[in-house]
Amino acid sequence: MNSQALAELCYRMADDELILAHRHSEWTGLGPLLEEDIAFSSIAQDKLGHAQALYNIMHELCGEPDADTAAFTREESAMRCSQFVELPNGEYDFSLVRHFLFDAAEYIRWTALVQSSVEPLANLARKIHGELKYHLYHAQTWMVQLGANGNEESHLRMQSALNSAWPYALGMFELGVHEDALITEGISIGEKVTEERWLELVTELLQPSSLTIPNGVEPLNGGRKGYHTEHLQPLLDEMTEVYRVDPSAEW
Amino acid sequence: MWILQQSGEMNAQDIYTALHAVRDPEIPTISVVDMGIITNVIVRTDDDVHVTMTPTFVGCPAIDYMRRDVEAAVKGLGVANVTVDVTFDSPWTTNRITEAGKKALLQHGLAPPEHFDTLTLNLEVLNNVACPFCGSHNTDLKSPFGPTLCRSLHYCNACRQAFEGFKPV
Repeated sequence: MNSQALAELCYRMADDELILAHRHSEWTGLGPLLEEDIAFSSIAQDKLGHAQALYNIMHELCGEPDADTAAFTREESAMRCSQFVELPNGEYDFSLVRHFLFDAAEYIRWTALVQSSVEPLANLARKIHGELKYHLYHAQTWMVQLGANGNEESHLRMQSALNSAWPYALGMFELGVHEDALITEGISIGEKVTEERWLELVTELLQPSSLTIPNGVEPLNGGRKGYHTEHLQPLLDEMTEVYRVDPSAEW
Repeated sequence: MWILQQSGEMNAQDIYTALHAVRDPEIPTISVVDMGIITNVIVRTDDDVHVTMTPTFVGCPAIDYMRRDVEAAVKGLGVANVTVDVTFDSPWTTNRITEAGKKALLQHGLAPPEHFDTLTLNLEVLNNVACPFCGSHNTDLKSPFGPTLCRSLHYCNACRQAFEGFKPV
């Protein structure tokens, strides 16, 4: 097994989950409805668990640092999350659209990983696949409610959020250095196929939403190579603040 | 304990019996065994036992507590060397909850999950979950997310009660 390739894949996925979990958790106590507050908080907790499980796999199989060290001590330039997940929450429309586009991609990734040649990853995928159905169900419900069944304002806001999210969403599929190895060793299906399946799924799920998928947009890449927006560093500062006070503390 | 010493040999069943006393801290009516989160027990000798368990949800914050409780329960049998691993090798699904476990969930006021096919699970099933109070299927899903990761929020149109369900996964 190519452990460098596996580490690359796991870092990309785990960092995405960790950073988006942090963004989602920012809605805790501030959600527009109690149920939505709980939904974003629960999804954040799930994603944090997924990130931790991925860091654990890298720790055991690739000799990477343990989960806490990996999550809380790396420099911004070592983070492999896409720029999409680090963007501020903005208004609820943008948060919902990002949640939808991201979870559709997660759903494709984890469904495919059920067949991964790396057994611990395949086992984890069988588990996470079931959890993601709830994330995607939640997101799609709101895309349709606010896109098609709300009013003119809700439709316009969702469409505008979709348009601004799209180039960043495409950046989730930026190719990594080990792309070919990941595919030939059967570790993952690779980014190109993931993106194709993602677009099919998003198109199908948005059918009843009366929202239009942007066309001919160039992806905003960089995150997978360590180039981030100005929003990531402040997030890392906040997220690691308590850990840095005493890294050896027991909780 | 003297009975075990007398018989001389401990088997996996003894361990399972002891683990029936370990409860889910968030749903104290159900044991970790009936919850289906104990995936393997290996008794190497009377003094060397290995237990494997798996969380209900990957991000379940209660798993560390339960792991410690499981270890303590086995040590309580006089086993000196107890190891407890948490893995995803046999991933948990709600289908692993035993019949006794489903009754225990009901006792806690939680609608137990129906048996389902893991790969084709359609979340429509959540729309008509049987009410744990009156049994009616005339219920609506209010939110797939509840007070803990494994629960959903419902409303019964028959007895007009809000209730929680244990969501199929």
